[in-house]
Amino acid sequence: MRPTAPLILLAAAVVAAGTLTACGSGSGSDGNTVKIAFIKDTNSKVTVRDDYIRLVAKQFEKDNPGKKVRLVPIQASENDYYTKIQQMMRSPRTAPDLVYEDTFLVNSDIKAGLLRPLDPYIGKWDDWRQFEPAARAAARGQDGKTYGVPDGTDTRGLWFNKKIFKKVGLPADWRPRTWDEVLDAARTIKKKVPGVIPLNVFTGKGAGEAAVMQGFEMLLYGTGESQLYDPGSKKWVTGTKGFKDSLTFIDTVYKEKLGPEVSDALSPNIQTNVAAELLPEEKLAIDLDGSWLGQQWQKTGGGNPWPEWSTTLGQAPFPTQHGTPPGKVSLAGGWTWSVPQRSQQPDLAWKLIQTFQSRQNALEWCVRGAQIAVRKDVAADPRYLKSVPGIGFFTGLVKISQYRPALPAYPKVAAAIGEAMEAVTADDSSPDEAAKDYDAALKSLVDGKTVAKP
Amino acid sequence: MTGAVDSTAPRAGTPRARTPHAPTPHTPKAHRARTRLLRWSPLAPATVLLLLFLAGPIGYCVYIAFTDTQLTGQESASFVGLANFRHAFGDPAFLNAVVLTLVFTVISSILGQNTLGLALAGLMRRASRPVRSLTGAMVITAWVLPEIVAGFLLYTFFERRGTLNALLGWLHLPAQNWLFTLPILAVSFANVWRGTAFSMLIYSAALSEIPQEITESAQVDGAGGLRRLWHITLPMIRRSIGTNLMLNTLQTLSVFGLIWAMTRGGPGNRSQTLPVFMYDQAFLKSLIGYGTAVALLLLLVGAVFSVVYLRLMREEV
Repeated sequence: MRPTAPLILLAAAVVAAGTLTACGSGSGSDGNTVKIAFIKDTNSKVTVRDDYIRLVAKQFEKDNPGKKVRLVPIQASENDYYTKIQQMMRSPRTAPDLVYEDTFLVNSDIKAGLLRPLDPYIGKWDDWRQFEPAARAAARGQDGKTYGVPDGTDTRGLWFNKKIFKKVGLPADWRPRTWDEVLDAARTIKKKVPGVIPLNVFTGKGAGEAAVMQGFEMLLYGTGESQLYDPGSKKWVTGTKGFKDSLTFIDTVYKEKLGPEVSDALSPNIQTNVAAELLPEEKLAIDLDGSWLGQQWQKTGGGNPWPEWSTTLGQAPFPTQHGTPPGKVSLAGGWTWSVPQRSQQPDLAWKLIQTFQSRQNALEWCVRGAQIAVRKDVAADPRYLKSVPGIGFFTGLVKISQYRPALPAYPKVAAAIGEAMEAVTADDSSPDEAAKDYDAALKSLVDGKTVAKP
Repeated sequence: MTGAVDSTAPRAGTPRARTPHAPTPHTPKAHRARTRLLRWSPLAPATVLLLLFLAGPIGYCVYIAFTDTQLTGQESASFVGLANFRHAFGDPAFLNAVVLTLVFTVISSILGQNTLGLALAGLMRRASRPVRSLTGAMVITAWVLPEIVAGFLLYTFFERRGTLNALLGWLHLPAQNWLFTLPILAVSFANVWRGTAFSMLIYSAALSEIPQEITESAQVDGAGGLRRLWHITLPMIRRSIGTNLMLNTLQTLSVFGLIWAMTRGGPGNRSQTLPVFMYDQAFLKSLIGYGTAVALLLLLVGAVFSVVYLRLMREEV
């Protein structure tokens, strides 16, 4: 070793120690700043949520002099967003004070001890009575405590392009009564209007929970009672005909080329594609999707405004498999504002939640975000009811909407469903094989708490 | 996640001094111990830092692999012994990932980067100066690009509506959709594109070390190009080949960003190599414990490759 070598090493070590330790200290928590983490659309042009949050933050800073709101937008696909916030919430250094949680995940995070019960605050909050009972239960843990305040809900149904429908002779007030009628309409469009994708049903792992909820569960919940989870025995269900039939529907859509090109359907960008390109460019005739779809075509959406959407697109409820009552299916989801267990500023965070969910701001969000209102006073507001065409239609679906099993294991089960869909869509397995693989995976995911149903 | 760091870490962490066995009188022994301590003292901060930032996380990683830690959905983690490893060996998805990793490594690293790198280095020695600088610059640019940028570039290249199909269409050749039909091949090509420069640089250096006289005398003796390559060049750069193969393989085994950006391991799990599988389990399925166990097994695969290459290098030379 050269005589100067130790010196150089020492110098390098000192420099390294300085820089390496510096990055770990100071999370900017000075008692006056409240950090708020939320998901930002992967399409940078879509800023509807960012704009709204910035608006509320400004108002909060004005009402509470000396307090600051720091926005932590996380630009990611939904799956990556969940992972990111879970990692952030694990350490007090990185935990935000307020976090935007998908109700799909909230029970899992409650079980993991990542969130803080809000009961002490909610007890003193008069506005809570304005929330629909179902909304109040949206973020209720198995311990009976409430861990989040929902900012809206959503329902699901069919969106269809009336212009394309007119061309092929389908009615503008289309109301399919069975799965077959949906498929027949798609087949007609395929035959008569080449170059247009007849029907989009989200599928596979790329679209994440969108595929499982908008795609698979909309089908599954129309095949019969408790096809996924049996509340009676508190066990997950395997081997049902409904599960296989739902996979067969997906298989039909993609094998008969009624859907988007398979490689596009399985890409993580498909949701953005559908909303930003395929529908506005009128290249997609029928889309099984959520009630919020209109949000980015509005002026406040920040994306590419598409004012004609309100006259071009029609909505129809998604039918049950054979038209059995109630004849239509919808699933409800939504997001809540929650306070992480390791938040440094829970009181301030709660104040911010109150600002978000004041009548005025809740109304603003429902209008901008094309959300289905969860506050009764907002739901009755004329400005809300007139905000976007179709909002009455989707609000009407709330009555028949079903909820996903609100259980900690659900996200893992949903991932397994996504894999089954992907295997069928990519033609790696037949629907029967994929259902069998799902049953096997399910057993290990929920520690054998399964029950076989015909 | 861990693969790239782990391979070098244990060596860096071991103490440098060797203990002498010969019995020595008391005073010199104490003296020598003090000298050793004194000599080591400038390195103390470095050692501490290495232990803290390299050995520490690795130790933590090994510990987690034996627990059922989850990212969400569970209050606390507990020690589960070898359960994660037993689960891995019974998991068809894991075995699929091992096979794909081997395919990916053989195609992209051993056959692709290594051979192409040697060929480029050989050709460039004979090329004219402008050709040499131009080719070198291009190949190295591909190497210098950040992995994720390269991933997106190659995604747009191979994508159904991408550059490659536009070119093929222009030449009236049938279009491809490899990202969907043969994703492991597409990502392997991508890795060759990205990583060949490294092999080329190593081989360029090695080839310039071969004494001119030997090649010339072989030429005088009537040896053709192929025979010179086989009997002179390859044996003389044997050590470089070994080093290059080892570095290439270890790097390729841990490739994640490229595959993630291009296919996310899909469709199905047709391009899900071990690092992607590991990420999927640890962060998407929230099974951190299991994902970490897979990471350790990946380390094992790397170790097997390294041992083979080290043996190859030791023989004959």
